[in-house]
Amino acid sequence: MTAPSACALIQPKEYKSGVKPVWCPGCGDFGVLGSITKALSGLQIRPENAAIISGIGCSSRMPTYLSTYGFHGVHGRALALATGLKVARPDLTVIATGGDGDGFSIGGNHFMHTCRRNPDMTYIVMDNQVYGMTKGQASPTTEPNWEKGKLTPGGTGINPFQPLVIALASGANFIARCSSADSNGTARVIMEAIRHPGFSLVQILSPCVTFRPEQREWKNMLIPAPVVATSDPAQAARRLLTDEGLFTGILYVGNRPAYQPTLEASIDDVAKLDEEFQL
Amino acid sequence: MSRRNLSIALTGSGGSGVMTTGNMLLEAAAEAGWYGFMGRSAGPQIRGGEAAALIRVSSQPIESPDDNFDLVLAIDPGSMGRFVAEIPLRTDSLIISDSEGGRRSSSLPDTPAQLLDLPMKKLAKTVKGGRPNMIALGAIAKVIGLAEASIYSILENMLKSKGPDALKASWACVQAGFAAAQDLPTLKGPPITTGSSRERWSFTGNEAAGLGAVRGGIRFVAAYPITPATEVLEWLAGSLPKVGGVLVQAEDELASINQIIGASFGGKPALTATSGPGLALMTESIGLAVCSEVPVVVLDVMRCGPSTGIATKSEQSDLSIALNGLHGDAPHLVLAPTSVTDCVLTTQWAVHLAETLQTAAIVLSDQSLGQTRAIVNRPADIAFMAKRLVPEQFDEVYNRYAVGVTGVSPMSVPGQAGGQYTADGLEHTVAGAPSSLPGDHLAQLEKRERKITAFEYGQHWAELEGRGSTAVITWGSTTGPVREALMRLRETGEHVRLIAMRLLAPERPEEMAAALDGVEQLLVVEQSHSKQFYRYLRAAYDLPADTRVFNRPGPLPFRPYEIIEQLAEWSAQS
Repeated sequence: MTAPSACALIQPKEYKSGVKPVWCPGCGDFGVLGSITKALSGLQIRPENAAIISGIGCSSRMPTYLSTYGFHGVHGRALALATGLKVARPDLTVIATGGDGDGFSIGGNHFMHTCRRNPDMTYIVMDNQVYGMTKGQASPTTEPNWEKGKLTPGGTGINPFQPLVIALASGANFIARCSSADSNGTARVIMEAIRHPGFSLVQILSPCVTFRPEQREWKNMLIPAPVVATSDPAQAARRLLTDEGLFTGILYVGNRPAYQPTLEASIDDVAKLDEEFQL
Repeated sequence: MSRRNLSIALTGSGGSGVMTTGNMLLEAAAEAGWYGFMGRSAGPQIRGGEAAALIRVSSQPIESPDDNFDLVLAIDPGSMGRFVAEIPLRTDSLIISDSEGGRRSSSLPDTPAQLLDLPMKKLAKTVKGGRPNMIALGAIAKVIGLAEASIYSILENMLKSKGPDALKASWACVQAGFAAAQDLPTLKGPPITTGSSRERWSFTGNEAAGLGAVRGGIRFVAAYPITPATEVLEWLAGSLPKVGGVLVQAEDELASINQIIGASFGGKPALTATSGPGLALMTESIGLAVCSEVPVVVLDVMRCGPSTGIATKSEQSDLSIALNGLHGDAPHLVLAPTSVTDCVLTTQWAVHLAETLQTAAIVLSDQSLGQTRAIVNRPADIAFMAKRLVPEQFDEVYNRYAVGVTGVSPMSVPGQAGGQYTADGLEHTVAGAPSSLPGDHLAQLEKRERKITAFEYGQHWAELEGRGSTAVITWGSTTGPVREALMRLRETGEHVRLIAMRLLAPERPEEMAAALDGVEQLLVVEQSHSKQFYRYLRAAYDLPADTRVFNRPGPLPFRPYEIIEQLAEWSAQS
């Protein structure tokens, strides 16, 4: 692929690889793909300096559709891959992408601990409350009485996972919720998330038109968060626990320093390590 | 008369300071110009529980436990019972213990050896802050012929952080123990040569593996603690920052393996160390490294399995999972060090190979190598360095997974303009786009296989020694006892070949055929209950019709005489 020229502004479309997505027509993830390209263009991050890292699932196909560096790894481990990359290469803009199953079920432990560790990266979760790639099972964010899940015909009967509350409690430094239907608004939030130091979580409600067609209505139900982003975790917690998952916007902006071990050598020659073993 | 070798076991209950005493004794041996090593045997307790330091010293470099022990010092008599199987004795072996005025003599196990009493507790009480293990140290020094004064500098060095009172008390105890042992028989060790040399090193196999990793170019390590691999990670945690590297403590092994894949994708050679349970968790993602062609090294310091098994003791039973544990057709490298010192070379070579061939390398060390501290000759410098094929310029279209002739395709590093691609665990086209086409699958499978089978590995694939129509084939830590057995046979004029495999995957059929040329009888020696190594050899190589197996599970190590007996029995039958 060709590198964009150094002087001209890089347009959003230049961040697309040209590979045709596997997504269903009408899938919310198309909108998110557009938002990511707009955000990268908005920040003028050169494609070779960004890496999009994902696991498995419909939305985890994202790296392939972008012209940046990318890694499409195994199910649930995107944040671990992304952490290794960011620690080793702090100069890169690292963005992890994925869905609610990948991030909050099989990848739940990494989600919690990456919030805690707070590396300077952005995690975009396209939440559609269902496993789409395996054709319609309940996910951790599915409501308990959804009866169409093929493994849970009577509904899951268990409370949905609350990713933003968990993220806050675990130490994420930036928490936002967006809608895939609002492509420009989402792009602006992603730009903020990338700019903000530390671990930024952007939950994007992204309808699955095939297995959750009722989610087409989301765009009429979402409410922009009525107040500005808070840096007070207690206030953020109260808001997140009472909003029924439908407030959008930047909901929490913390000020913890990002995790980044230094990579500067203190000795000039590896052979000096020998000394401790010499008698 | 002095002996070429001495084997000494120290046993004690938890907190009795057995390992400290053993380490001091090993230091003293090194000061005396001896070679030697100290293995550790312990139960699962965090503190408390019985422990044994198993020491052998020699005038020559050694890497095998001897047939039996010359001297046991049981700091408390009850501690020895657990180790009867691990401390074989002769009728002329000595056991020094503390009967506490006859009250505790019955707690020693039945043994053919000579029992000697040393009132260590009572003597320790005569010194303010005195401890029985320091009495024991003084007594052993006397019995094996080390000068009393030589212990002082070791105490001074090792007790630096504990203050002058601790040094004073320990030194008084050592002197008391030394004096009390005047009446005990002596077992004089090898001749003493003064003036230690920088050419002599002291390290554990786990430290050696860490050093090999850093020498090879590893600069990123992700770590999740697990016995008996933790010391590799602890050493790297302290050493990597010095060379501009970094170690991240991960939340679990799934994170460790994926973090190193991420770091390596970013251009930093990366490694993790674990043991069997961790390796089992990592296998899915090792397959990812293979499929996406991202170099990584996974060091498995093996312990007894399956499941949690015996976490503190050694076994060679992860061979099958290392060779065959990945799903799909996932050709990768499996290597094994053959001694404590060889942990340096093998780990360094593994880094070099993984980086050169853009694949995953699994290195199989084990507890008996990893946690043994050895006094050895300085390991040879070898030139194996991480050297990844990175494109210098890009055509209009960059095909990350171009099939090419060797199968190794240039791998761009994030930041290189024009080199953007998506590394993928999905089967892919040459450009890295996901593909479910049969042609792409076959082409990429062949690429990934060819790059590691067609590579020229050179002489390091195995250690080949000796001649004759009989051979012993082994791998990993069992190489030590086999080598010593064959050396003893050689001294009696009997020649048996040694084949100690360092590269277990990919298979090397031509090299093996040459190594086995003229061999009529082949003895396979391995520490696994289900004969994993033998089964692997049967599947991979043409073996002589007359092939036998000498196997047993861990944790008991093989002893040289057992291998000699196996060979003798066989030749008597034929």
